[in-house]
Formats: sequence, C-alpha cells, structure tokens
Amino acid sequence: MKVAVVTFPGSNCDYDLYKAVQQVGGNPTFVWHRERGLTEYDAVMLPGGFSYGDYLRGGAIARMSPVMEDVVTYANAGGPVLGICNGFQILCEAGLLPGALMKNRSLRFRSHPVHLRVERNDTMFTSAYEKGDLLSIPIAHGEGNFEADKETLQRIEGEGHVVFRYVDPSGEATDAANPNGSWHNIAGLVNERGNVLGMMPHPERATEELLGSTDGLGLFDSLVHALSATA
Amino acid sequence: MSQADGTAPVIDVEPRRGDPEITPEVVADHGLSEKEYARVVDLMGRPPTFTELGVFSAMWSEHCGYKNSKRLLRLLPTKAPWVIQGPGENAGVIDIGDGYALAFKIESHNHPSAVEPYQGAATGVGGILRDIFTMGARPIAVLDSLRFGDLDSGRVRYLFGGVVAGVGDYGNCVGIPNIGGEVMFDRGYAGNPIVNAMCLGLMKRGDLMTAAATGTGNSLMAVGARTGRDGIHGATFASEELSEDDDASSRPMVQVGDPFTEKLLLEASLELISSGAISGIQDMGAAGITSSASEMAGRGGSGVEIDMALVPVREPGMTPYEILLSESQERMLVVANDGREDEVRRILEKWELEAAVIGTVTDDGRFRVLEDGVVVADIPALPLTEGCPTYEREGIEGDDVRVLRTMDVSPYLRPTGDLTDTFRQLLGSPNVASKRWIYEQYDTTVRTSTVVPPGGDAGVVRIRGTRRAVAATTDCNGRHVYLDPGNGARAAVAEAARNLVCVGAQPTAITNNLNFGNPLKPHIYYQMREAVLGMAEACALFETPVTGGNVSLFNETDGRAIYPTPVIGMVGVVEDVDHITRAGFSEPGDTILLLGSNTDEIGGSEYLYVIADLVAGHPPRVDLEAERSLQRAVLDMIHQRLLASAHDCSEGGLACTLAESALGSERPFGVDVTVDDDVSPVGAFFGEAHGRVVVSCGPDKASAVLETAQRHGVPVRIIGTVGEQDGDFILKAKDGSISLPAAQVADIYFSAIPKLMDLGETG
Repeated sequence: MKVAVVTFPGSNCDYDLYKAVQQVGGNPTFVWHRERGLTEYDAVMLPGGFSYGDYLRGGAIARMSPVMEDVVTYANAGGPVLGICNGFQILCEAGLLPGALMKNRSLRFRSHPVHLRVERNDTMFTSAYEKGDLLSIPIAHGEGNFEADKETLQRIEGEGHVVFRYVDPSGEATDAANPNGSWHNIAGLVNERGNVLGMMPHPERATEELLGSTDGLGLFDSLVHALSATA
Repeated sequence: MSQADGTAPVIDVEPRRGDPEITPEVVADHGLSEKEYARVVDLMGRPPTFTELGVFSAMWSEHCGYKNSKRLLRLLPTKAPWVIQGPGENAGVIDIGDGYALAFKIESHNHPSAVEPYQGAATGVGGILRDIFTMGARPIAVLDSLRFGDLDSGRVRYLFGGVVAGVGDYGNCVGIPNIGGEVMFDRGYAGNPIVNAMCLGLMKRGDLMTAAATGTGNSLMAVGARTGRDGIHGATFASEELSEDDDASSRPMVQVGDPFTEKLLLEASLELISSGAISGIQDMGAAGITSSASEMAGRGGSGVEIDMALVPVREPGMTPYEILLSESQERMLVVANDGREDEVRRILEKWELEAAVIGTVTDDGRFRVLEDGVVVADIPALPLTEGCPTYEREGIEGDDVRVLRTMDVSPYLRPTGDLTDTFRQLLGSPNVASKRWIYEQYDTTVRTSTVVPPGGDAGVVRIRGTRRAVAATTDCNGRHVYLDPGNGARAAVAEAARNLVCVGAQPTAITNNLNFGNPLKPHIYYQMREAVLGMAEACALFETPVTGGNVSLFNETDGRAIYPTPVIGMVGVVEDVDHITRAGFSEPGDTILLLGSNTDEIGGSEYLYVIADLVAGHPPRVDLEAERSLQRAVLDMIHQRLLASAHDCSEGGLACTLAESALGSERPFGVDVTVDDDVSPVGAFFGEAHGRVVVSCGPDKASAVLETAQRHGVPVRIIGTVGEQDGDFILKAKDGSISLPAAQVADIYFSAIPKLMDLGETG
C-alpha cells in the first residue's frame, strides 16, 4: 500500500500517521503541499495539525494549496482519501465532505480519549471492525463541532454516511459523551461514494498497547485489506 | 585610540542624531545603579551612547546578567559523567543511553503573564521550545509549573484561564505533547502568577549544536519572523517589581506569539543544523539581537559587526535602539558557514520564512552595531556578556516568617468536625482536586510517544527504536519554602525524585527555576541563599546535577513578594518501558502498602490552609538519606516487577494520595485502609510528612515488597486492600475514620476546578 501523507505548513501529526501506516506494512511518503501528482499512490491521507496556524479557520487556507487540486481529482476518481482532525477540516473546506467543523461548544481545546461507536463496517476504512464496536481513541482539537445545514444533515443520516459517533462507555450517544457539540454526536463520516473519510479522533494515536489503546489499528488494517483485494 | 584599563581600546562613537541625552534619570530608567553606570563608563573608556546604554541595560539586567543570583548559582553541583552540556548554553544536555541525548530546560514568563496572561504564557512556551531546538534537539515534551492566587477571585480566574489557554494553544499548534507539571493556588501568588515552562528535546548524541559565533568573516543571518516594536526592554521589565497600574502601561513590553511561525522555524532550524550550512544558532529571546549576538561572540571568543539597516523589520522608522532590544518572537540568529548563505536562504524559503545577512563574525572582540554603515555602538563583547557586576546581598530571615513558623499548630491536630467532611473539603480544594480541566486543554498524545500523560506522578515519553523512555516532573511547595527555605528546597528536590521513581525512572538531572521577590530586601535574599544551599545539598546526595535553568526575581506587586518558589524540573531515565508504573490501582483485592511513616506534621499543609486559612507551623522535615533509601527501594520493587501502582504522598496527605490512586481508572475503586500509627487521625490522614509512597501489588507479591523495603531500611507495612469498583472508600486510624462512596470521591475530585471556573473569568 503506497500512501501519500500530505504535509502542509503547520501539519504536526504527519509523522505519527507515517508511523501508523508503516506499522500495518504500508509504504508511506511525505508529500509537501506544493508538490503535484498523486496518481502513483494507493491512498492519500491528510494528517492533523494546524495548517497555516488555523488562522482564519481550520483548513481554510490549506485547501488552497497546490496539492489540493490533485487531492480533489484523486478523490473524484474514487481513490481512498482519509482526513484526520485538521485533515477532516481541510476536506470539508475543499468540498470533498459536506458541512463544517465549528469551534467546540466549550470554546476550549479538548484533548482526551473518547469512546466511539462504529456505525458502519461496510466501508474500505472500517471493514476490520464490527458494526456497533466501541473504540477508545484520543481526540485533540479546538474546532471539531460538526455542523451543516438542515437538508445536508438529513441526507447524511438518511443515507447513512456517519461512520463514527461519540458515545458513553455503554455505547449510548448521549450529550454528556459529546466532547465538542457535534450534531448527532458525529465523529466521522464518509462521502456518498464511500471513498473519502473525515474524522476528528486520531486513530494513528491508538495503535500500541504501550500508549493506551490499539483500537485505531483496525482503520489502517481495513485499508490494507481493501487495497490488496482490489490490486 | 587610547587604552582605558590596559585591555580594551577606547573607541569613540558619535551620538546618534535624535537620541536622548544620557542623564542620571535616563540611566536610572534603564535599571542601572550609579556604580554600575560608572563601571560601564570605565569599561568603555567614555560615556556610552544612548544605544549602548540600552544594550548594557539589557545585558546587565537580572534576567540576562544574573547579577543577584550568579554567586549563589555557583554553589549548585553541575557535573556528572552523564552530563554532556552543563549551565551556560541554551539548554542542558545529558546522555540517556543507546546513543541518544536529552536537552532540557525550564524558563519563566511570570511578569508578562501577570500583565497579559494568554500571550505571556504562550510566548513562554515558544521561548523554551526555541532553547531546545537551537541545541539541535527535537522537542518531545512540554511541562508547565504554574502558581496563582485563590480561585474565588475573578481576576485570578481570568489569569488562570488565560495562562492555561496560552500554554495550550502554543504547544498544541506546534505539536509538542504536554506531559505534566503542577499548579498551586494560594493568596501568596495573588499579585504575581508564576508561569514556568519546561521542554525536553531528543537528539542523537553527536548532533549537539552550540550557540557560538566562530569563523572570522562568516555571515550572521537573522532568520524567521521580522523584528517589530513588541517586547522592547522585556528583560529589564522582567527584572523589576510590578505595581497596580502596570497592567495597561506594561502591555507593550509583552510579546505576541505566533506558534505557526514557530513550527516552521523549528523544522527549518533542525534542517539547517543537519545540513551543516551553519556553525552556530541562537534564539533571539530576552534582549533580542543584543543578547543573541553578543553572547554568541562571547562564547566564540570572537566579535560581531551587525548593521541594523539590514535587519528585516515590520515597520519603517525603527531606531537601532529599538531593533537591538526588540523581543519579537520566533526569530533566530545563525552563523552561516563560509559562503553557504544561499543554502540557508533556500532552506528557510522552503519553510516560507525569511533569512537575511545582517552582519559578520569578526576577530576583534567587539560588539559593533552599525546603522546603514555608520557605527552607533561599539562595545567590548566579553565585558558586556561576562562583566555584569554580581552581588552578594545581605540575607536575614524576616521576623514575620519566624513568627509563623514557630506558631504552635498542634491544636489543629484535634479534628474540628467530622473527618469525612474535612476530607471532602480537602479533596475539593483546587490544590488537591483533579487538574483535568487544565490538561484537557493540552494536546498530550501528539507525536504518539506519551506513555504516562499529565495526571500521574511524572510524565513519561518513550524513545522510539529503543526500550527506553524519559520521565519528567516539576515540583515545589512554595508554602514549605516560605516557612523554611532550606528544608523546603531540599524537599522539592526529594519530591521530584520520588515522583520519578514512582513511574519507574532513575532521577538523572535537574533544571531549576528560581522564582523569588526582590533580592535587595534582606529577607528575600535570605530565602534565595537558604533555598539554593538546600537544593545544592539534595542534588549532590541524589546525584542529580543542575544543568541550567532560569532566575526570575522581583516577583512582587506593591511590595508584596510571592512565596519563594524554586521550581525543580527533574528528568529521569526509564531503562525499559516495561518498568513504567502508574499511580492508579488496577485490581480489586490488591494489597496496599505504605512506605515511610505517618507523622503529626501539619505545618504549611493544605489542611491548615483549607481548615484554618493558615500558612504556618514548621513544615514537614525532610531526611535526605531516608529519601534516597526510599527511592532505591521503589526502583528495586519496580525492577522486580512487584508493583501494580506507586504514588507519591504530598499535598493533602495520605487520604488524598489514596483517593488519587483509587481514581486512576474510568470507574473509581473502593479502598479499605487502616493506619495504626501513634499519631492523631488528622496527622495520619492529612499531614504532609515526606518520604512516603503508597504502593499496591497482587496479594502474592506483598511479602516480596515488604522484604525489599526492609532490605533498603525503609519503614513499610500493609495498610489495606483495593476494593471493588464503585465500592466504598474507607480509611481508619486509631481515633477516627473517613467513609464515603468512591463515586462521591470521584465526583468531588473531578468537578472542583470546573465548578470554580464556571463562575466566570473577569479581567
């Protein structure tokens, strides 16, 4: 699995993502935001961080980087694209995913492990999980409050685009378990075609027992599996 | 040319048009005494120009020149076989094995944070990160040591909220995990918060970079952000007392941080260092270009010549004086190796930053400043950086402290009410309660190497590609130091070491941050001297040398000084990640043991502060030999894989320590503990005697734990068992007990600070 880890000025989870891809046997390459051409890669990943300092709005400037034209082309051709945290914000800003990520309702940065419920395991990112699985994965963001207009929200739920939801330890999507005020506790969603996933939690930070959780590994394993099946 | 003192030539410089005349008032405004000014004139062989006066003012401030602390700092042990770089560089460096070295340092940003908490704290983090990556090390962890007044004040909540957001936003954006620190709330810090930030950086052992200007003819380049009018004379400001009206008028002296530029500068600097295109690099921190250029010349035994007209600035019309003393953030001074300026520019361009040649390295030992080719300052470099007069002040203990220390606090050993109620009160005190409200605003897991995040005894970060990890902690109980500076400082070192061994690390070295009031007052200088002596004694015994640090004096508002707060930032090495141990209990039925002895020592305790609003009595005495035995015993148990948990006993006493261990997992454990010491229940539960660690282990391992402790000569006994999750929290002593559901313990512990902060932050 050849993976492009796209690095913007201010990305800071690029190295972590790189190591996670390596851990599942993938072959990652850092692609600087000014570089062009992604066709040689099996998957494209946009890491977390603070691209351009998140000045203006998370992802708002990064989406104008030269490489983003290629990311859009790549996604529209059906290539797998994963955006984590700031990467999710950039995907929304670029129009590859609907909605926007607003400031957390507490107006504070939140960093701690959350419980996620797997809503779909029929995507190329989640096939290694069971539907309803509970995962413990860290979040670390100040702008993760997913919001969209009413019609879009209805479509997202109606067509089942939600992949991960914030839940309590018993698996209920309660308000208390919602760390940022996201609509319907949405933590991650895919596009209509299912090849673009954006999520606020950091699966790359949950791949080793030593660091507290291996619940994020399934996501990378799923991709490896999906890509080896098609290759 | 004539010779002033036989060494440095007298070089005349025409006063710059438009600069103020040097009068005694102007000299005083620059924080120099008459004698110090006379020394400047003597060194120069003539009166300084206005620009030169500004340069001396900054370099001879306490912040840069350590004039009131240098003689004391010399008393600290600084050497050990594993110390690669001791004091004097941007950061200390130690060998941590397997070919790796660790750079680490702590720094204060107290004064700016008192005036503008968010930016003050943010730029404090920015500065300490730069100190680390200029050594060639990649920052891997940040810690913050904070002190504020009581949270019932809206002003304090504003300062606290702003500082936490500033520390968080800066580190989060750059992508360095916060792994720990400490905070204390006490009216003793109401006027002057303390904001100390510590950073750890990792490098290959051979990659050490220094901040020396060498190679005559090499170019000096300013890289990173442009120079603006912010923070001018910050170093001098940081070396004065504050007054009530400083709030608005001092804001221009506070710098503004840009963590995004910092992240780019970090990557660019590490790339510059590994490229070999530069031979020296230094942060333009306190006193900006002045200190970075003159210190690099001083260290290199060379000279520098820089032209202010070549410095990229943010606005036109800046005078040489302003450019020299600006403390604009995210700037570096580098020495490009012969002819490799373009390579430096290319690397900076890749990271979308600027680089400009602003001068050259010379061999004449002068710090020479030009304005468009015209000399405006010409100062002998070494006397400027090394010649700052140092003072040994008069130190006499203050009468009021003696009265407080000798006060009989034994009446408070009699419970004032129900012990369970008292426990609830203590647990809900922000000094004991969970600090989750703080560290949830910090990214603690970025870089995917954090093994023990904030909330434990010490933060632990693994070293990829090895079995090793490094641990770090910051500690100091200012109340204890206030009441007895020598004992308090020894205790701070001992507590830091206890915290490290509890996570499984061997204490290795120290960086310190000496936060004190005005050293010209005899009772303050007494605190400094006694604290440094105590620290030196403990560091020598524990073999934890001091490799650098920071001094922050004049922490006073309207004549009221903070508690003396010599913060210890200690690092340790974990040989094998399998040794990493946590504070929280892990299994119902596990045996709980106490290492060390309970006493009736409640002087300076959180109990007295909460129950009686008192900071008085003799603080708990520390026995360094016993501490060393305790450290060895705990590490021995951990290496034998005996322990399920280990937790240091400090603020709030044994009862609060047990509560913290019970609350280490998502659902709280019940606890059933009985202590049979011949002391009052208040002393046993809430006393803050040193030398105690609470450990837990599987019942089958208890005998080995007992045997190991005894072998090291450490008092030990089984005090109880870990109960079921959501069970009852029960502590019994001879004449009293505490009993409540563990769920209630959790609720009080976790909700205390959020509830207080919900009251609102008003500036």
